[in-house]
Amino acid sequence: MSSTLRQLIWPLAALALLLGFNAAFHPSFFHFQIHDGRLSGSIIDVLNQGAPVLLLALGMTLVIGTGGIDLSVGAIMAVAGAVAAAALREHAPVALAIAAALGAGAAAGVWNGSLVTLAGIPPIIATLILMVAGRGVAQLITHGETLLIKSDSAFNVIGRGVILGVPVPILIFLAAALGLSILVRLTALGLFIEAIGGNEQASRYAGVRVGPIRLAVYLLMGVLAAAAGLIDAADIAAADANNSGLYLELDAILAVVIGGTALTGGRFTLLGSIIGAIIIQTLSTTILSFGRNMPVELNLVIKAAVVLVVCLLQSSELRRLLTRTWRRSQ
Amino acid sequence: MTAALRRNWPLLGTALVLVVLYAAASLAFPGFASLYQFAHLFDDNATLGLAAVGMTFVILSGGIDLSVGAVIALASMVLALLMKDGGWSIWAAVPAVLAMGAALGACMGAIIHVFRLPPFLVTLAGMFLARGAALLLTPDKRIEMSSKAEIESLSSVLIQNFNLPAMVFLAAVALAWAALRFTRFGRTVYAIGSDESAARLMGLPTASTRIGIYAISALCATAGGIVQVIGTGAGDASAALLLELDAIAAVVIGGTVLAGGRGSVIGTLLGVLILAIITAIPSYHGTLNSWWTKIAIGLLLLVFVLLQRLSQRWAAGKT
Repeated sequence: MSSTLRQLIWPLAALALLLGFNAAFHPSFFHFQIHDGRLSGSIIDVLNQGAPVLLLALGMTLVIGTGGIDLSVGAIMAVAGAVAAAALREHAPVALAIAAALGAGAAAGVWNGSLVTLAGIPPIIATLILMVAGRGVAQLITHGETLLIKSDSAFNVIGRGVILGVPVPILIFLAAALGLSILVRLTALGLFIEAIGGNEQASRYAGVRVGPIRLAVYLLMGVLAAAAGLIDAADIAAADANNSGLYLELDAILAVVIGGTALTGGRFTLLGSIIGAIIIQTLSTTILSFGRNMPVELNLVIKAAVVLVVCLLQSSELRRLLTRTWRRSQ
Repeated sequence: MTAALRRNWPLLGTALVLVVLYAAASLAFPGFASLYQFAHLFDDNATLGLAAVGMTFVILSGGIDLSVGAVIALASMVLALLMKDGGWSIWAAVPAVLAMGAALGACMGAIIHVFRLPPFLVTLAGMFLARGAALLLTPDKRIEMSSKAEIESLSSVLIQNFNLPAMVFLAAVALAWAALRFTRFGRTVYAIGSDESAARLMGLPTASTRIGIYAISALCATAGGIVQVIGTGAGDASAALLLELDAIAAVVIGGTVLAGGRGSVIGTLLGVLILAIITAIPSYHGTLNSWWTKIAIGLLLLVFVLLQRLSQRWAAGKT
């Protein structure tokens, strides 16, 4: 337990710093209201708007845990949104449209996983292929247009609905987080993932079935990305093949790294990635809530600084340099 | 002979694909096989080509650079801003922008090398920084320059149908080829990509080479942004979105191995031309749409990556 806490201390400190900043300069950030039977407030906004990145970060944690990476999740989001919107246009029932989109995500995951496990292509290249081609597939489905979804469709509940006062995207994320935590910590799956990421050769000799587990992890990632795509499409009531999930794969990877999971694989922490994703979303919301006199694009520059600082904090080389200069000064 | 063949066969594969694709397009679309159209393949893709030349150095060293698209946008905005609002002449503005780009790349290279951080993350930070800076420069995100006499005169330069952006691209290919083949720096790039610790133990200057590699990549991207301003007559903060993907694809299709150590800039030139033809085809063929180009590029990427994999297994089996 203490090792888990130690692992989470930096991301938690960063989040505390960010929230403290808001508390000092923007106290209304912490206000909650009930508006038309719907919980609202900046913190609810963070979780609600952050739901797609949170879902992606969950899956990405497992993928990175095996020592892999998935660059195609933004493109999979676009494909899933396009599939759902196209199905709804053909008057398919909402449940069928959702199932088709999740199925497309699963298929994309199996494609990625097969390239990594069967063909032995490094994950960064294997998933690059779908990152390039995926948006083309999404545009093929939508015929290059932004497919609108009827605003009164029951489908839009996924993005805009409220159950017991809580926005549905948050509930979807909570369900996925709970399900995955149970899956990786109460079964041996989490252990196997860490074994593969730690030392693939050794885990193979120890009898871990590396191929099927890798495949399963990419499949899970695909389904989660599809769910994120559904939330995005339902939120704006349209499938935008060009912009849905654009650069979100990078945010998801960032969330995982900020959360304390190393890109080299091995030990992973779902909770850390969740905190990482919340940090990223809180940053954007903070900048937005300062609004008028702060341009939105500042977000990108601040994100760059955050990436760099987090990377440097995790760099053992920097620690070695610092301890050396400290000792010398003694 | 067979050794040379085995070493160069990915390049031969790329050349074969290019020839077949060009021949097929020429047969299918009358007018495609003219010098005018051939030159246009270079004009239209000069920015991508320049970025891909820089990316070749990075990938040969076993790294990756996600920042090139954003650096292109930033360079185009800074150049336009210096000339339009700053009143700089183009002869002063271009070197200044190139120096800025090279410095940005050198910083990324230094951080990657000194702190042993993954190039993926450091250049991701570079991408956010450059894109953010480009968007923050002016409120309207775009600076029109076409009325500037200097830009106008440069954009009308033509030699044998090749315009200035195309010539800059070809010159960069020639320079990069010479640098990789004949200089100590070039050999060190390959050595780092093959086995970095071996390169360091041999006493090769890995630090300065790594910094140089990322400086060259950003320098090429900056040149890409400059030729974009000359070609389109505007600085554009949202230009070249996801261009880094096409640049990486061109390098890989050109036969450079993503793990580093093997490949060539001539392959990258062929790879860029393949992408250029695939992108040009929808404008000739009415029913084909631009999204097919993305799928086709993805499939080509798949084929070449699988071929690389096979050749690695083949090579491993031989020894």
